[in-house]
Amino acid sequence: MMSGHIFHPGHSELHGITVVVETKGPLTYVGRYDSEDERGVHMLDVGVHHDSAGDSKEEFVRKSAKFGIRSEHKQLIVPLAEVIRITRLGSMAG
Amino acid sequence: MPYNPALVAPMRAEMTRMGARELTNSADVDATIGDQKGSMLVFVNSVCGCAAGNARPALALALNHKPLPQHVVTVFAGQDLDAVARARQYFGEYQPSSPSIALLRDGEVVHFVHRHQIEGRSPQAIAADLTAAFDRFFGAAVA
Repeated sequence: MMSGHIFHPGHSELHGITVVVETKGPLTYVGRYDSEDERGVHMLDVGVHHDSAGDSKEEFVRKSAKFGIRSEHKQLIVPLAEVIRITRLGSMAG
Repeated sequence: MPYNPALVAPMRAEMTRMGARELTNSADVDATIGDQKGSMLVFVNSVCGCAAGNARPALALALNHKPLPQHVVTVFAGQDLDAVARARQYFGEYQPSSPSIALLRDGEVVHFVHRHQIEGRSPQAIAADLTAAFDRFFGAAVA
């Protein structure tokens, strides 16, 4: 998924990168990855999709890639146990 | 709260050196982008060292290309808050991000480069995407 390039030296490879966090539950998050600890994945300026929403998850991600993130949370922590995949938004077609 | 002006001065200078005109308040933005005819590039500058630090050199590279937008202007996120907020009103459905780059024709956004399309990429790669957009939207066939 990642090139190995460290975007912000001294931090995780994903620090500062806009990512899609898919979970085991109905929620998908798009926002900037900040860090990770025992509480979970810390994200900034986060948009959230619920499976019950009108648009599909794929459409939510596609629109986020094309039009940017409709931020609903300045900061948010996604519990690690919930996370199934973290992908760079930039790697997805806009 | 805006950043220390001394901190951002080199980032402003990098933009003006490549020919971008700074818009520092909403009146400047309205006078420049409002009712705009022709082609324009709006660069939303940022202090983020890794994203904006690659986006500015990318734009400098892209501006060596032909065709070019007729006007190149810049607003500074986190610094000129009023100007940035007003500029974003012209970006329609595109959500705020910084750094970012909007290409406009006759006042309408025809192409938008978000921060997530800049992160972790080289200036050369970003510039290649920009020049492709210049060709597509500002080329002779569409002028």
